Amino acid sequence: MNWYGIAAIFRFEMARFFRSIIQSIVSPVLSTSLYFVVFGAAIGSRIPEIEGVSYGAFIVPGLIMLTVLQQSIQNAGFGIYFPRFIGTIFEVLSAPLSSFEIVLGYVGAAAVKSLMIGLIILATSFFFVDITIQHPFWMITFLMMTAISFALLGFILGVWAKNFEQLNLVPLLIVTPLVFLGGSFYSVSMLPPFWQSVSMFNPVLYLVSGFRWSFFGMADVPITASLIAIMGFMVACLAIVWWIFRTGYRLKV
Amino acid sequence: MPAIVEVEELDKTYEGDFKALSSVSLEIEEGEILALLGPNGAGKTTLISTICGISIPTSGRISVSGHDVVTDWRAARRLIGLVPQEINLEPFEFVGNTVRFSRGLFGKAPDEAFIDQILTDLSLIDKKGSRIAQLSGGMKRRVLIAKALAHEPRVLFLDEPTAGVDVELRRDMWALVERLRSEGVTIILTTHYIEEAEAIADRIGIIRSGEILLVEEKNKLIKRLGRKTLTVELKEPLTQLPDALSDYDLQLSEGGNALIYAYDAGAERTGITRLLSSLQSAGLVLADLQTNESSLEDIFVDLVQEDAQ
Repeated sequence: MNWYGIAAIFRFEMARFFRSIIQSIVSPVLSTSLYFVVFGAAIGSRIPEIEGVSYGAFIVPGLIMLTVLQQSIQNAGFGIYFPRFIGTIFEVLSAPLSSFEIVLGYVGAAAVKSLMIGLIILATSFFFVDITIQHPFWMITFLMMTAISFALLGFILGVWAKNFEQLNLVPLLIVTPLVFLGGSFYSVSMLPPFWQSVSMFNPVLYLVSGFRWSFFGMADVPITASLIAIMGFMVACLAIVWWIFRTGYRLKV
Repeated sequence: MPAIVEVEELDKTYEGDFKALSSVSLEIEEGEILALLGPNGAGKTTLISTICGISIPTSGRISVSGHDVVTDWRAARRLIGLVPQEINLEPFEFVGNTVRFSRGLFGKAPDEAFIDQILTDLSLIDKKGSRIAQLSGGMKRRVLIAKALAHEPRVLFLDEPTAGVDVELRRDMWALVERLRSEGVTIILTTHYIEEAEAIADRIGIIRSGEILLVEEKNKLIKRLGRKTLTVELKEPLTQLPDALSDYDLQLSEGGNALIYAYDAGAERTGITRLLSSLQSAGLVLADLQTNESSLEDIFVDLVQEDAQ
């Protein structure tokens, strides 16, 4: 293993995070606080408790998931797209680094960054609502697996994208709607039966449900289904990344 | 001299069936400076990219110091440094950081003293804390070289290192190449500037339309392909060549006061002695003699055109 090489990529990516510290940390914290004010305080006061949990607390896991998903995709996507865009990727490709090591550097850094943001949002939420985490181990496990698998997705998008528009398109047009419709701000049991069935096809539902279970012990789908879903998604992303490096897709000519 | 880079029957076809390289075979000797000359689109950059692992060969074999670049890529790549043709640098990064990054990428332990040494050699040390975006074009090119040298490569590829570079920097670059060679680094450079190849290379490879036309020692090449001309200036101008000299391949200059004789400098007999005595027999009085050697540029143009016909 070329540990110095992995560390070089990791450090470089983290440096970018701290270089734009305002954009990296302040903006997610600010937007989350706004969600708390609008959904938690203003609207939430008119929504009854859900299975014994106040609405303000109920949305915390969904809010963290929303941000972690977006940040993982964005960080990893930009991390690999930008060197492709400005041409510095040649150096990484000509270095004695295996594809696994390259992915470990970029995806590892992206996942760590979004994990940090997720934890910052969790800390922020303590200022707004009372939360107790029933299963801290599973909470961290879900958060990490989500961060890693969506950073892998971001990496794939960053390799696939031919321009900045495409890079932003998938998160905007696919991921955000899936998160909003995946029970981040409500329990699917509140939906009419037809939409409940439709929701079962939304992969994000399984993540949010499992993550919320680790907080409050309540879930829309069985916890094993959530675990299988996130593991399946991760394996699928790994398979695509493996294929990218095997064929050199959009990286090598 | 043992070969440090061996390329055997290398083919590279890009998507859309564009054949960039066709059965290229090349042996690069350890410690030499090889200049690859060729017109735009000849395949110089493709050849370099394929050796460095950025481009995937369609068929053929490449090894660096005995390590196959496909099967034993990790060992092969550790030995190679690449200075690309285009200035690809992260604009917001600091000079010191980007050089450190390159060293780490190639699996070398941090060595700040070594990095300072490279930056000093390239007159970049006072820019160590500057952002790349603040540097001039020439400075950026030096940063690229510093990055390529950061992991102490044994083989250095310079893809058009002096394109668009001022005279002073070009001289600096040549001096650097000379110093690296004295440290035992093998250098392969591509260039458009034939004077550059003539000034610093040991051997010259000429590449055209994805094929290597020849690889030869610079001096031998000039000698082998070099045509020399002898210009004989006459006291009295001539209106036409005397019949006594019709056996010789002579040209009369405009104005008629000089005869130009072309000959092969490498040949057993140049015919100069016989020509001079014939001139005397014809009663011509000579004012001066001078010889001219064709430059590498003339040779290159001849070769590339000849092949195109």
